[in-house]
Amino acid sequence: MCLAVPGRVEEITDDVALVDFGGVTREASLALVSGASVGDYVLVHAGFAIEILSEAEARETLALFRDLAGALDQDERGRAEEATSDGGEGR
Amino acid sequence: MIDQRRFSSEPEARSLVDRIHELVDGPVSLMEVCGTHTVAISRFGLRHLMPSELKLLSGPGCPVCVTPQSDIDRAIALARAPGVVVTTFGDMMRVPGSSSSLERERAEGADVRIVYSPLEAIDVASAEPDKEVVFLGVGFETTSPTVAATVLAAADEGATNLTVLPMFKLVPPALHMLAELPGRALDGFICPGHVSTIIGTDAYAPIVERHNMPCVVVGFEPLDILAGVVMLLEQVRAVRAGGVARVENEYGRAVSGRGNRRAQEVLSRVFDVDDSEWREIGSIEQSGYRFSDEFENYDARARLDVEVEEAVEPTGCICGEIMLGTKLPTDCPLFATRCVPRDPVGPCMVSSEGACAAFYKYERRKT
Repeated sequence: MCLAVPGRVEEITDDVALVDFGGVTREASLALVSGASVGDYVLVHAGFAIEILSEAEARETLALFRDLAGALDQDERGRAEEATSDGGEGR
Repeated sequence: MIDQRRFSSEPEARSLVDRIHELVDGPVSLMEVCGTHTVAISRFGLRHLMPSELKLLSGPGCPVCVTPQSDIDRAIALARAPGVVVTTFGDMMRVPGSSSSLERERAEGADVRIVYSPLEAIDVASAEPDKEVVFLGVGFETTSPTVAATVLAAADEGATNLTVLPMFKLVPPALHMLAELPGRALDGFICPGHVSTIIGTDAYAPIVERHNMPCVVVGFEPLDILAGVVMLLEQVRAVRAGGVARVENEYGRAVSGRGNRRAQEVLSRVFDVDDSEWREIGSIEQSGYRFSDEFENYDARARLDVEVEEAVEPTGCICGEIMLGTKLPTDCPLFATRCVPRDPVGPCMVSSEGACAAFYKYERRKT
């Protein structure tokens, strides 16, 4: 029910955008967003754009994945160092 | 824009799953409250990648599932009324009412039409001015602004034969209720991504403050969900060590702190917040909408007088316990026997976003 699909704004006429969802185009009302422009990626739900997606934030999220996964590497490194200093073997 | 596939890369998924196993050193229960998360977790098989001590529970996140039987019966009564066209999202069609369903009523001649957008209800109302067109207003904060904007558009166009049956629900009051349930050992909420697009991450601050309950707003791709789980587990560890829970945002590309102000303004113009009845859960304070005085003419409940039969709840169905996270679909004796998607007993098996339907489709053979 809360499914929303990202698509690229191709045209804007009055308050209605033509949005490209990877080859399929559909109209979406822009009544719920401010300042959408051609070329923006919008999140569309039930025929309405509900947000303009942020590319900068998307890049930050990809970096976050690496950071969160990287925390494991650091922990593992920490344990390996502990094991080495204890004279034991790394797990 | 960044290729969506980068949010489902396998090497990073493996690293995040390893991190999750690292962080779980005792029983932990995390709950999502969004049907789209329910489906994503089942569809991507994420539950089976989790350590056995980590439970991913589905809360009352399927709007169709939490719509009380009396509202389903009212929708059916409206469909039976002469001169009425009922327009609805497809999810509502097969939900069993006390004695029928919208699908059955349509087969018997009622005018029930599935729409993709509530705006289509205005087209129907314009094309058929001698009919009363009703839109079934089901959904959370993601959907309610689209219906509110539709009401504003209808008012602009002077459509007088369109009404909405308001059955909307708000998520934060349900989270308070879940956090306060006696004996309910929840450790954190996977907060709904697209609801949060509208309400913003700030809306969860009272939940975190009142219950010291970690809240992370999470997107819907596999890496989004795994990263959200890692963030929650790190918070759970901190809270158990005496720390303070926070609201975090994993889904920054679609969710801001304050949310979609324009959508919030449209909502508050058309609707007032009111107490609302949730199926199998009961009334939750300030968890629904009624029309504001300015737009009360659009309220199907007030405008169209129909006789609604006395609600009869399905017997043996444990949807209520499933939606509160105390039972899994596979704990229900009716699951995949008497209750199947083709012939559902309860709403959790009807809606594609119901926990039972998601389990049936993606996890039945694995559990």
